[in-house]
Amino acid sequence: MKSLEELARIREQTKAKIALREKEGAVRVVVGMATCGIAAGARPVLSTFVEEVNGSGIGDKVSVEQTGCIGICQYEPVVEIFDGDEKTTYVKMTADKAKRVVAEHLVKGNVVTEYTIGAAKV
Amino acid sequence: MIRSHVMICGGSGCTASGSKALQEAMEKELVAKDLQDEVKVVQTGCFGLCELGPIMVVYPGDVFYSRVTVDDIPEIVEEHLLKGRIVDRLVHEDEVLKEQVTSLNDTSFYQVQKRVALKNCGLIDPESIDEYLAMDGYVALQKVLQEMTPDDVIQVMLDSGLRGRGGAGFPTGLKWKFAKGYDAPQKFVCCNADEGDPGAFMDRSILEGDPHVVLEAMTIAGYAIGANQGYIYVRAEYPIAVQRLKIALDQAHEYGLLGKNIMETGFDFDIDIRLGAGAFVCGEETALMTSIEGNRGEPRPRPPFPAEKGLFQSPSILNNVETWANIPQIIINGPEWFAAMGTEKSKGTKVFALGGKIKHTGLVEIPMGTTLRTVIEEVGGGIPNGKKFKAAQTGGPSGGCIPASHIDVQMDYEHLAEIGSIMGSGGLIVMDEDNCMVDIAKFFLKFTVDESCGKCTPCRIGTRRMLEILDRITEGKGTMEDIDKLEELAYYIKENALCGLGQTAPNPVLSTIRFFRDEYIAHIQDKKCPAGVCTALLSYVIDPEKCIGCTMCQRNCPADAISVTDYVAEGHKKPSLAIDTDKCIKCGACMNNCKFGAISKQ
Ligand SMILES: Cc1cc2nc3c(=O)[nH]c(=O)nc-3n(C[C@H](O)[C@H](O)[C@H](O)COP(=O)(O)O)c2cc1C
Ligand code: SF4
Ligand code: SF4
Ligand code: FES
Repeated sequence: MKSLEELARIREQTKAKIALREKEGAVRVVVGMATCGIAAGARPVLSTFVEEVNGSGIGDKVSVEQTGCIGICQYEPVVEIFDGDEKTTYVKMTADKAKRVVAEHLVKGNVVTEYTIGAAKV
Repeated sequence: MIRSHVMICGGSGCTASGSKALQEAMEKELVAKDLQDEVKVVQTGCFGLCELGPIMVVYPGDVFYSRVTVDDIPEIVEEHLLKGRIVDRLVHEDEVLKEQVTSLNDTSFYQVQKRVALKNCGLIDPESIDEYLAMDGYVALQKVLQEMTPDDVIQVMLDSGLRGRGGAGFPTGLKWKFAKGYDAPQKFVCCNADEGDPGAFMDRSILEGDPHVVLEAMTIAGYAIGANQGYIYVRAEYPIAVQRLKIALDQAHEYGLLGKNIMETGFDFDIDIRLGAGAFVCGEETALMTSIEGNRGEPRPRPPFPAEKGLFQSPSILNNVETWANIPQIIINGPEWFAAMGTEKSKGTKVFALGGKIKHTGLVEIPMGTTLRTVIEEVGGGIPNGKKFKAAQTGGPSGGCIPASHIDVQMDYEHLAEIGSIMGSGGLIVMDEDNCMVDIAKFFLKFTVDESCGKCTPCRIGTRRMLEILDRITEGKGTMEDIDKLEELAYYIKENALCGLGQTAPNPVLSTIRFFRDEYIAHIQDKKCPAGVCTALLSYVIDPEKCIGCTMCQRNCPADAISVTDYVAEGHKKPSLAIDTDKCIKCGACMNNCKFGAISKQ
């Protein structure tokens, strides 16, 4: 026997878990996971994004996906964030940088300029 | 942390094409690649595209792979799940859109569909009550128990315009209202999961893909009519459905969503499963109830109707699985939402099991009133092998055929009835120019003859007499009076049979006579089967001008029916061969072996 509160809690928790099955028009975080990306450490970046996105309660608005080679291997691990028409490319990512991108960019909407490809090229 | 879900279809179709082994291989491979904590494998119910099975869908991205084999697994894991590259070779090639379609929802098969009853099928793990809860499962029940009176519930059902999906199309709200109106110490709620229409599998797919929806809806009905006990009558040939129902029942009990004091509201309701042996007649409401009572499944005369004296002589309602599957959403979204779909008198959607001569066989859910043309050409992808559409049969052995001239008919209760067919439970069998309509009528009638329970004479003997006439016609021994006799018997049986089985059994014959009378006449007068199906009316003939005398056919004939003649055609060196029609058993071996196209079927 579950109380109504327990049912509501299970419902919410499971919703977050299966949210990735039905996110259309969501903000997409795409992590480059080709051989070069993985070698450069893309896997912890990917898992950090997944954890942090779900941990900050934006799991229903943001989908974390992987893709193949983005073509700028020297900047791997590369992460692209698509929000509507806007695209932000973060380069040379680490797990720690990923945490900040989630907190700043995804939660508050402020691009972390210092990690973007524009900053890296300068 | 899980970042990807791999959905593998565990419906009956894909299980048969090997999805279980696929799931095991996937789980193993994920462990081997150390991805088991990042990727979750979920077994789902039917996606409706069984013919392309086993089906796999990968989230995020909703990427749809068809006909996946165990050998494809390492590539999917390495490329897609690790590196994020879609494995193009396994992506479905859409025949209507003529391009590769990666997302399931973008396929021509899914685009026209409107999934209400099938909403969760393929999207959730049917063995997880938590996933059902997450899809707003049991929200409707909570709303009903906390905020609505039984009369409110019935009013919502009436306003929604929902009609039974099991065949007869009776308004669900009205049925509940009648049952509520009778005072009795005990009432019952029953679910019809007998699904006897050959080729239909929508109810099975709902039970396999979303079993909780039926439990929730039945509990709502129990509250509305004042019943505390429900029964699900499901055929024993559906082992996966039965298994998932049992799991769902256990989970609902554990969560306090079935049993005593549901959701702490003081309402008690429980559900038991009863297995049927698969007789078609047991899908008929009174026979079904008689069978649940433990007796031989035979219909009883109505009235009294089940709403007054049904199961164990108590007021009872019976609804079809698909009917149940619509109900929680009607409660949550409101009757207006439901009534906005479909046509004036046929609201909502209908699930069809699309089969026969069609490219995409499978389960489709479309708004009521969608035309048959849309279903066949867009959803179904058209007729294979460049053949022409000839007719479609709805309602299975109780229904009728829709000829090509009516392909623009709207699929709803009224329009189908107008042209002599019925909505039925949702079987939709497509026929092309190679199908003989007399043979089709014979097929369905043979089914009802075999399934007649024998209780009443019009059905037991009448349908058999009709079948004998059809046999005669397809053997070239019919007379023109036979058509009149068929019609006369048909109307007599329709009026006098005890239950719906007999009352509808003549329908396939009547509708084929109505639309394809010329085919009957061809069998009778010309002794010909225009579609080349009825073997008794065929003969294999060798064209002596084309035959070069190679004797290939003779060596392949199992009946020793071919011999060398003394005719040598102009320009040929050897005499041609001929078939002795008395000896020929019409196996077709000679025609298949002739490399010179000298043999034809006439
Ligand atoms: C011979 C015969 C077989 C039937 N088989 C089924 C069946 O397999 N499933 C079903 O739901 N209804 C079947 N029905 C219809 C039921 O009698 C009944 O009308 C229906 O279950 C009511 O539910 P609904 O109002 O939700 O459609 C059958 C009727 C007849 C006459
Ligand atoms: S195989 Fe064809 S060509 Fe050869 S003998 Fe038979 S009918 Fe004639
Ligand atoms: S149809 Fe079969 S039995 Fe008849 S002639 Fe050809 S091979 Fe022989
Ligand atoms: S059983 Fe898998 S799609 Fe139908």
